[in-house]
Amino acid sequence: MTDEILSLNYQVNGSDLQSAGVASSDVKKVLRKLGVSPEIIRKVAISMYEAEINMVIHANGGTIDVSISPEQIKVVLADNGPGIANIDLAMKEGYSTAPQTIREMGFGAGMGLPNIKKYADIMNITSELGKGTTVEIIVNIPQ
Amino acid sequence: MKIKEVKELLNAEILNGIDQLEEEVYSACGSDLMSDVLAFVKHQGLLLTGLNNLQVVRTADMMDIRAIVFVRGKKPDEEIINLAKRKDMIVMTTEEPLYSACGKLYSAGLKK
Repeated sequence: MTDEILSLNYQVNGSDLQSAGVASSDVKKVLRKLGVSPEIIRKVAISMYEAEINMVIHANGGTIDVSISPEQIKVVLADNGPGIANIDLAMKEGYSTAPQTIREMGFGAGMGLPNIKKYADIMNITSELGKGTTVEIIVNIPQ
Repeated sequence: MKIKEVKELLNAEILNGIDQLEEEVYSACGSDLMSDVLAFVKHQGLLLTGLNNLQVVRTADMMDIRAIVFVRGKKPDEEIINLAKRKDMIVMTTEEPLYSACGKLYSAGLKK
């Protein structure tokens, strides 16, 4: 491991779905500037964007901490939302608790968490009812 | 297929990227559901959609999609077009519905 780690921190505003994705877009830009390969950028961008959207839809926003090292990109999204009652169920494709207004905006198809899992090399999710949810996404950079 | 051919086939109006008509796209997808675009779309150059909000551009940005065609006469507002400009994304609008817009491009050789 090297000690060269770049950290980025974001506050995600939960009141407006229109603005969701700003942090993911910024991270994508930074990774591109750092010369990270497009395939790795794509994995990070899609998984982080899904998680950021989830944070706005379900948890009224939260914080995102990104750490970038030459070996891996780690994204930790933490919210103080209602928590997930049944993580196994939430991981099922097609299962969604998103309201109709969110579906009208093109989301809430129950693909978010499964899609994060698909693109991340490691995904950890911890949740406590009434306290919040933390999603950790790790994408490895092949050496 | 060149962007100018897409424009002609769909009788579309270019809202951003008029200087990029010679750009090539090699594949396309059509969906109103951004969740599905994020989950199923692979390396597509063109997104056709009837959904009209900022998240269309953000989703396209995440997926490295080069151009968006808004179907059914949907006209994105200034905020959406400005975001597309910042992302250097081509945006156009057509009166065609999603089904026939996709059909025309597919028949003309723009496969999945």
